[in-house]
Amino acid sequence: MPVSVSASTQVYRGLKQAGVRIVSALPETWLVHLIRMAEDDPEMTLVRLAKEEEGVGISTGSHLAGVPSAMLMQNHGFLAAINGIVSCGQLYRIPLLMLISQRGSFGEKDPWQTEGGGVTEHVLDALRIPFDRLDSPAHVEKRIAKAQTLARSASRPVALLLERDLMWED
Amino acid sequence: MRRVAAIQAIYPELERSVVVTIMGAVAAELQSIGHRPNFFYLQHAMGLASSVGLGLALARPELPVVVLDGDGSLLMNLGGLTTLARYRPGNLVHVVFDNESLLSVGGFPTATSTGSDLAAIAKGAGVPRTATVGTLEEFRGAFVAAQGAGELTTLVAKVEAVGPAGYVTDLTLLENRFQFARHLKERLRKE
Repeated sequence: MPVSVSASTQVYRGLKQAGVRIVSALPETWLVHLIRMAEDDPEMTLVRLAKEEEGVGISTGSHLAGVPSAMLMQNHGFLAAINGIVSCGQLYRIPLLMLISQRGSFGEKDPWQTEGGGVTEHVLDALRIPFDRLDSPAHVEKRIAKAQTLARSASRPVALLLERDLMWED
Repeated sequence: MRRVAAIQAIYPELERSVVVTIMGAVAAELQSIGHRPNFFYLQHAMGLASSVGLGLALARPELPVVVLDGDGSLLMNLGGLTTLARYRPGNLVHVVFDNESLLSVGGFPTATSTGSDLAAIAKGAGVPRTATVGTLEEFRGAFVAAQGAGELTTLVAKVEAVGPAGYVTDLTLLENRFQFARHLKERLRKE
């Protein structure tokens, strides 16, 4: 599978360095290695979800309890989670750290992924959610750390887009 | 059974627990009995109260967590029951007040009014302990037993479709949220 193990390892290291101890996730191709790493790590609690919006609740509970967490999802999962993000994450000023695989960008071969890629950044902008792209190994850990710092200082959700150039090797 | 009486019946246990409620009548009724810094009212995001409770229970396994859910809210996040059951935290009691209606928005009947059985759905999802109760005595007994069981329980309490005159209280959402987080932080320091 051409999902990058080294990039996934770097992203996972960034999450650990940010103090993340609970990860909620719904499997998708680009996230398989990350989810396995979380599952194999005795220091991490992995919560496998039925739908991404639940992850907002999990992260809210864990944040209120003082434990940093992250959400792993595909951009279509982000779209499915929006009411939770707005009426829990934003309403209650929760520093959600959302890692969103940006499917449907240039190079996408799966026809069913092609609509989500075009709207994801616009929706993030409409929601006033600060976001950055993870598209090169050069800045992965640093950008995760900076995203976490802003989420905490602003007490608001932030997003990082996992881009094809980083995650996919073909 | 009236929901406010049911909440009153378990209030001494709630005072010792970490409590997450859904929006509307449940939040207003619990506050009318007495707000505590260990009570968090999720005043929107219908369906997510049980997920917030799961996050709390997994993050702090030493804390007794109680979720006060409702039929309308739970019906919006039935998949969440499978996630609860998958991780089945023994420190979580999931109460569902089932009045068979969306009372806060005009009383429209929910699917539990036409036969959907939330305790059966929870059981089917894999929640290890489930029950449906219809009287105050049964409710209090089942709730106390659930808190002592050390095993995830979904307890459905059939209640009348009546609620308070209004839902807005003088406790602001963010005041509640930051007070709750601070309470949990201080509780961690003391323990």
